[in-house]
Amino acid sequence: MKVLDVSAIKDGSVIDHIDSKSTLKVADILNIQNEEQVVLVGMNLTSKFLGKKGIIKIGGKIIDQKEVNKIALIAPNATVNIIKDYEVVKKFKVAVPEVIEGIVKCFNPNCVSNHHKIETKLHVVSKNPIRLQCHYCERIMNSKDIVLI
Amino acid sequence: MVSFKQRDIISIRHFNKEELLYILDLAKQMEQTARMDVLGGKVLASLFFEPSTRTRLSFESAMKRLGGTVIGFAESGITSIAKGESLSDSVRIIEGYCDIIVLRHYLEGSAQLAADVVDVPVINAGDGANQHPTQTFLDLYTILKTKGTLEGLTIGFLGDLKYGRTVHSLVYALSYFGAEMFFISPPSLRMPRDCVEELKDRKVKCHENESLFGISKKLDVIYCTRIQKERFADPVEFEKVRGIYRLSKTMLEEIGIKDDLKILHPLPRVDEMDESLDKTEFAVYFHQARNGVPVRKAILAAVLGVLE
Ligand SMILES: Nc1ncnc2c1ncn2[C@@H]1O[C@H](COP(=O)(O)OP(=O)(O)OP(=O)(O)O)[C@@H](O)[C@H]1O
Ligand SMILES: [Mg+2]
Ligand SMILES: [Zn+2]
Repeated sequence: MKVLDVSAIKDGSVIDHIDSKSTLKVADILNIQNEEQVVLVGMNLTSKFLGKKGIIKIGGKIIDQKEVNKIALIAPNATVNIIKDYEVVKKFKVAVPEVIEGIVKCFNPNCVSNHHKIETKLHVVSKNPIRLQCHYCERIMNSKDIVLI
Repeated sequence: MVSFKQRDIISIRHFNKEELLYILDLAKQMEQTARMDVLGGKVLASLFFEPSTRTRLSFESAMKRLGGTVIGFAESGITSIAKGESLSDSVRIIEGYCDIIVLRHYLEGSAQLAADVVDVPVINAGDGANQHPTQTFLDLYTILKTKGTLEGLTIGFLGDLKYGRTVHSLVYALSYFGAEMFFISPPSLRMPRDCVEELKDRKVKCHENESLFGISKKLDVIYCTRIQKERFADPVEFEKVRGIYRLSKTMLEEIGIKDDLKILHPLPRVDEMDESLDKTEFAVYFHQARNGVPVRKAILAAVLGVLE
């Protein structure tokens, strides 16, 4: 039998291969404090690939595309596993989309998107390291400038 | 094939080298023909939320010289925007009254926002510290005309490089032409880091310096900008900086320059260029300001599609 790092859930989502230091940020994106069912968070687990990784398991929840897009910005190596009846029924890597709408705030205080009621829009100019260019003011943000909405 | 028909002119980043050259070539033709009635019956809405004289008047003059008419405002205090109407609502309404919009606004990205909500073409006449693409076209046109080429020039940018949007657009455009660039400014007014990184990504040779000493003899062009007193918290700092960045005939003779150096300035100047320069062969800034009309005529005619 396979031994799991963090114990099993019956149905839900597992976000694996999170860069360990970003685990709590991912937990924040997923708003775990509002979950009703079991939530398990693991940090500094050994990973062949990342050295140290984080895992988040959320019982009863299937995570949606918008959340996946946000996670991709913070933890570009993460894998999402959908669990049904204790089995992994679906597995995919998060992917940064070409355009990010309504997820990230523009860091330029003089940008029109921070003064008018419009959805923010950023073009991904580089995925690794992540660099985003505001559709409106054209300023380019690095990962340290990213503030999620 | 290059086509500008119904395109927005928002950022110099949206144009490739061939497209830049197309407009410069058209501007040359426009300069040779003073009047043409190709835009008869067309209406330009000139929306200036921020003050401007040269850009606004040269657009209006260009439109009228091509036979078109102009509506609009030069300050937003007298419009319903002052009553709280949003920029998107305003341009949606004004779109119904015109064939093309020219917009200057203090917020960065405002022209892109306007272009996203209306169908008529939008020309950005300056959005905060971001872009001013038609100024870049006329700067390129002036360099081309006075140097005979845009290829492989060594250009020094002097003064306020941090807030100067004309510099940010121009360096991007010049990166297509193999320019080598020297950025000469006080440390507090250096080029924005993302701008420099972008140039390095585009393999541009660029250097940062605090004065013209030692590099002045290499320069084919000096692009001078105004240093604003408001940018300095300490007036003593401002006074120090002011002297170093003030160009005069004697100063240039002392530090040494190329005989065919050309000095550009987007104007208005305060005292960063001494009047002793005005009558020299080096000064091309008044000429540059006059180039606003043929360049804007070229852009209007190309965007309104009357030349195809
Ligand atoms: N029923 C379950 N409850 C909770 N977590 C589970 C369950 N089944 C699998 N997992 C977790 O989901 C992740 C993916 O499981 P899988 O069995 O596919 O492992 P793997 O082969 O190591 O996958 P990968 O190649 O993505 O690392 C692992 O972190 C695993 O611990
Ligand atoms: Mg594994
Ligand atoms: Zn922005």
